[in-house]
Amino acid sequence: MKVMTIVNAVNDALDIKLGDDRNVIVYGEDVGVEGGVFRVTENLQKKYGVERVFDSPLAEDGIMGTAVGMAVAGLRPVVEMQFSGFAYPAFNQIISHASRMRNRSRGKYTTPIVVRMPYGGGINALEHHSESMEAIYGHIPGLKVVIPSTPHDAKGLMIAAIESNDTVIFMEPKRIYRAIKQEVSEDKFSIPIGKAKVLSKGSDVTVVAYGAMIREVQKAMIMAKNAGISVELIDLRTIYPIDRETIAESVKKTGRVITVVESPGSFSVASEISQIANEEAFVYLEAPPKRVTGFDTIVPLPKGEHHYIISPEKIFYEIERTVKF
Amino acid sequence: MFEKYNPLDNNMLQVIDNDGKIINKEFFPNLSDDQIVKAYRDMLFARTADLMIVSYQRQGRIFTYPPNYGQEAIAGAIGANLKDDDWLVPAFREMGAYLAKGATLKELFLYFMGYEDGSLFKNAKNIFPMSVPIASQLTHAVGVAYELKYNKKDNVVLTVVGDGGTSEGDFHEALNIAGVWKGPVVFVVQNNQYGISTPVSVQTASKNIAVKSIAYGIKGIKVDGNDYFAMYKAINESITIAKKENMPVLIEALTYRKGAHTTSDDPTKYRTKEEEESWEEKDPLLRLKKYLISNKLFTEKEEEKLISQYKKEIDRQFIEAENYPKYPLDDVFKYLYEDMPADLLIQKNNHEKFLKWKENFVKN
Repeated sequence: MKVMTIVNAVNDALDIKLGDDRNVIVYGEDVGVEGGVFRVTENLQKKYGVERVFDSPLAEDGIMGTAVGMAVAGLRPVVEMQFSGFAYPAFNQIISHASRMRNRSRGKYTTPIVVRMPYGGGINALEHHSESMEAIYGHIPGLKVVIPSTPHDAKGLMIAAIESNDTVIFMEPKRIYRAIKQEVSEDKFSIPIGKAKVLSKGSDVTVVAYGAMIREVQKAMIMAKNAGISVELIDLRTIYPIDRETIAESVKKTGRVITVVESPGSFSVASEISQIANEEAFVYLEAPPKRVTGFDTIVPLPKGEHHYIISPEKIFYEIERTVKF
Repeated sequence: MFEKYNPLDNNMLQVIDNDGKIINKEFFPNLSDDQIVKAYRDMLFARTADLMIVSYQRQGRIFTYPPNYGQEAIAGAIGANLKDDDWLVPAFREMGAYLAKGATLKELFLYFMGYEDGSLFKNAKNIFPMSVPIASQLTHAVGVAYELKYNKKDNVVLTVVGDGGTSEGDFHEALNIAGVWKGPVVFVVQNNQYGISTPVSVQTASKNIAVKSIAYGIKGIKVDGNDYFAMYKAINESITIAKKENMPVLIEALTYRKGAHTTSDDPTKYRTKEEEESWEEKDPLLRLKKYLISNKLFTEKEEEKLISQYKKEIDRQFIEAENYPKYPLDDVFKYLYEDMPADLLIQKNNHEKFLKWKENFVKN
């Protein structure tokens, strides 16, 4: 066991997979010499050489397009989009090719690509550096979308993502890149994609969250506990394929569900979870499924970001209202 | 070749003239008479099929189709140069090249009839499915070239785009990255002078398309795309240099789309009759046939015989495609992921329940 941050854990996962599979290739903007602007790929070039870990030209579309070609030819590229807000030039390749190649070629060709991208707000960043756009990837048929919330999960999910024969969008919550330290096994292990995890058992209300929002919910849970409310917390871990079963089972038990996401609320993962609760547990519901989300606005620049960011108090406020509904 | 036909000088590699006479012996490719006759027969097959597909479309037996008419020498020369293990990353107007790679006409028919089953080119090795979003396939070829170089394979990847595609960002990212990474990749631009209705003059201010290679630090050459020998030579030399020196090459193949962009397009809206007629004598099949006839390698009679033989074969494959099994609901779902997600299974099952209900509903 070793104490790791999410940054260390992803690095460790990449290290392990680079070590055990020569087809794994890691590249993107500044990932080689510098080890990435967040140092997630630090030292990997030194260890595995410039052929396997390297700086690409500054071209997200080109990074993604070449990854599609490499993958069809048999490699397993892990590419970095420096910030999720800069991934949009690559969107055409993601939606037009990476997500479709398997279907288009009736399984003859697969695209085992991992697209890493730091996402999310709360770091006092410039414009385009704070968005949480997982829903748009979840909406695309053919993709898997994964978001870890702890170093342990980051490592296990990254190993699973690299070993997946489907394209995986791996979104890294940069707000908690270094904020959470945890003992993580140094061995190789993977966590199945598509499975949520019940982090705390509870009986009054189910709260579903993922990424950086887990920590905020856990703070709110202390307030809830003081108010005598028992919360069941589910870490979704995978946005798609979504773990309908775990959500349904929990909502049937508690009769209430709140989803906390930092993205805009309309057409969001939270909307999807509310609908799952309606479809799977309608007769068990004692309150309408609730979404606690960012506004349907642009994330404000740092001086205004506090208006947008979801606070533990806001989460507790909605927990209380839902329980008292 | 690349020195002599520097794109900056706007010289175009040409080997035979419109009468099929050799005008450039130095660059006549190393091909046996048999190979040349085969090249012509392959092009003739592609053209016969192409014309028949357009007529099937008019009969309502196939959906939208992008004809190859007039551009057969380019696909023919690509097909003749690629080995089994070489990669082809197509756009969608290179029929001769797919057939040479091992795809069947039946598969093409299936694709344009609306089956994905037609786009996998089951028995053709190392060929991507056709790519509809313009130019987005070019970076795939650069990625394939990376793999070939990484695994030290003695192969090349060749990719194709039209003149309109050279305006897309993907074209520039692909050439730029290819220039930086170096690798065995050949880009062929079929410059048929129109992107649907838009002429090249609206796409670029460059004096030609090949010249764009210079800024990216790769090789480039402009070639008469209606001259089979010039195309064969250019592709052959490009593959050699791409493999030997890991030097990407951009080939501009100047041609003319004698047909419409697709069967939904009407070229009379944007092209004059005079212009279309001026390209008749430059037709790639006509020029190669003149060469063959003057060298006593082929006769008009043989051509007639071949065409009727080809028509039968094409029709046979078309009817096979028409009798292809119905598209099962399973096929909508099962190829998207390696393992079908539970959500998709639920959607499929629910739809099947609905279909059962509908059967009764319609009956009553």
